[in-house]
Amino acid sequence: MTDERLREVSRLRRAMIRPELGAIAGTILVFVFFLMIAGDSGMFGPKGIQNWTVVSAQFAIIAVGACLLMIAGEFDLSVGSMIGFAGVVIAILSVQWGWPVWASIIVAFAICLALGFVNGVLVIKTGLPSFIVTLAFLYILRGLTIWLSILTTRQTIIGGVKDVAEGDPLAWAFGGVILKPVFQWLADIGLIDTFTRGTRAGQPVVEGVPMLVVWALALIVFGHFLLTKTKFGNWIFAAGGDKQAARYVGVPVDRVKILMFMFTAFCACVFATCQVMEFGSAAADRGLLKEFEAIICVVIGGALLTGGYGSVIGAALGALIFGVVQQGLFFSGAESSLFRVFLGTILILAVILNTYIRRMITGER
Amino acid sequence: MSTPIVEMKSIEKHFGPVIALAGVSFDIRPGECHCLLGDNGAGKSTFIKTMAGVHKPTKGEILFEGTPMSFDSPRDSMEAGIATVYQDLAMIPLMSVTRNFWMGREPEKGFAPFKRVDFDHANQVTMDEMKKMGINLRSPDQAVGTLSGGERQTVAIARAVYFGAKVLILDEPTSALGVRQTANVLSTIDKVRKKGIGVVFITHNVRHALAVGDRFTVLNRGKTLGTAGRGEITPEQLQDLMAGGQEMAQLEGSLGGTV
Repeated sequence: MTDERLREVSRLRRAMIRPELGAIAGTILVFVFFLMIAGDSGMFGPKGIQNWTVVSAQFAIIAVGACLLMIAGEFDLSVGSMIGFAGVVIAILSVQWGWPVWASIIVAFAICLALGFVNGVLVIKTGLPSFIVTLAFLYILRGLTIWLSILTTRQTIIGGVKDVAEGDPLAWAFGGVILKPVFQWLADIGLIDTFTRGTRAGQPVVEGVPMLVVWALALIVFGHFLLTKTKFGNWIFAAGGDKQAARYVGVPVDRVKILMFMFTAFCACVFATCQVMEFGSAAADRGLLKEFEAIICVVIGGALLTGGYGSVIGAALGALIFGVVQQGLFFSGAESSLFRVFLGTILILAVILNTYIRRMITGER
Repeated sequence: MSTPIVEMKSIEKHFGPVIALAGVSFDIRPGECHCLLGDNGAGKSTFIKTMAGVHKPTKGEILFEGTPMSFDSPRDSMEAGIATVYQDLAMIPLMSVTRNFWMGREPEKGFAPFKRVDFDHANQVTMDEMKKMGINLRSPDQAVGTLSGGERQTVAIARAVYFGAKVLILDEPTSALGVRQTANVLSTIDKVRKKGIGVVFITHNVRHALAVGDRFTVLNRGKTLGTAGRGEITPEQLQDLMAGGQEMAQLEGSLGGTV
């Protein structure tokens, strides 16, 4: 009973029906645009590339978690507050209490995973929208962060992490730099500029690949593999697509959702740890608005807000667009407040495009 | 006559003060299509949910292949070989046919931690199984949302059959379908029956029931009004039993034909 009326689907149209479409087009557009207006500003020199790569990688780390969670049909608005909270936990434990940095990091991860678990269990057990439950945690965690910080140090910024993190193996895994010899070699053959004066004269301006970028790439690869290639990935789609239908065929929907809340929290903690190691300090206002930025990356990447559809690669490209535009406006000397205008606009466009793609897939008219 | 796969004896189900089922007996044998008819509110849904393990009966006995069974969850009955295809909750439209077909039972290859779904195998089986049911998929990657209502039911039925169902419960599979699609689903039921699977076909459409049914049981106000074999009952009699007789006859008279 093949329906002859369904035969005429052009290859182009089929190629278009994929979640990443908008993000791929957007990435190309953004690069062309900034090559044109900021091509000679140093944005595409070694230092400039490093600059927007790091910013994009930051967005990507939290976007991967938010992406898988959104496909599983839930939101986590507490990501930003969790970033601030995890950072302050690490700083208090290592600087104030004198714990080894690696132990502080492990404890921060344990706390974040536990918070993700609590988020998930509350959403599942109460049946409330995750929007409300995690909104509560957005406030609870931010409040606790500021209170803890002031209680222990009488200020909202806790510095001195850099000194205690010196030589710590786990701290290096978040704040270190790899491939230094390769970059030195690139500098030697003249592909990367070197410092001409000061204590670092002769060293390349870009030292190597920061661990932050390595984490982002690792999380993207992991997320993409998990979602598209594994059994668990199929369950993520199913849990977000129609949880009742999924339950009927034996998919453990509750477990999938709770694990995704924990994964999102894990990503937030990776972000927080990298940031603390980079700045050498924790501040109670870190991570502000990050939950929304993560969601925007994911939506630009083609995921549906209603769950059941999306792509990790798309979310990563969304993060890249985000980072390039934010830094590009800086390089091109544009007013940086315009960045927000851009964000709002691209968000609306992405949602409209996604809705259209969904109609093509499901055949709704 | 072969022994029944599932036998339900004087099943009662109470929800608080409401008596939803007041003694229903029903059995299903391999290779037959047993139609369960009844008007809205007759207790059809409660009854099949009891059979599928969603509800536990208040009284009565369920025999599975001759031995008493008690299903605590849909999972239990599914593992015993009772598959239910619900009218609207069968498929996830945004996911591909293959992903839907294998959902919950994905075949894997490789070693941990790189275990992944064997999509080549999964796609191949999906295409083959769908072809057996008379549906030529454009591609196993196509989203279920692009299929028609009848095709979706067929994917769900093919899935149940492939995973070894002995009894297939179809909850009003034709009620939302057009004429052509209904015919397709009915012919699918016929194919399934010929494989030796017992089909429980719930409907309130007498003509759909008579087209494929071997036996007919009518449910009214939580009770069975009796079971008849093929050829022992006319459409009009079935219709009267379902609707409760007199009034319906008058209505039909004024409307000018069988509804």
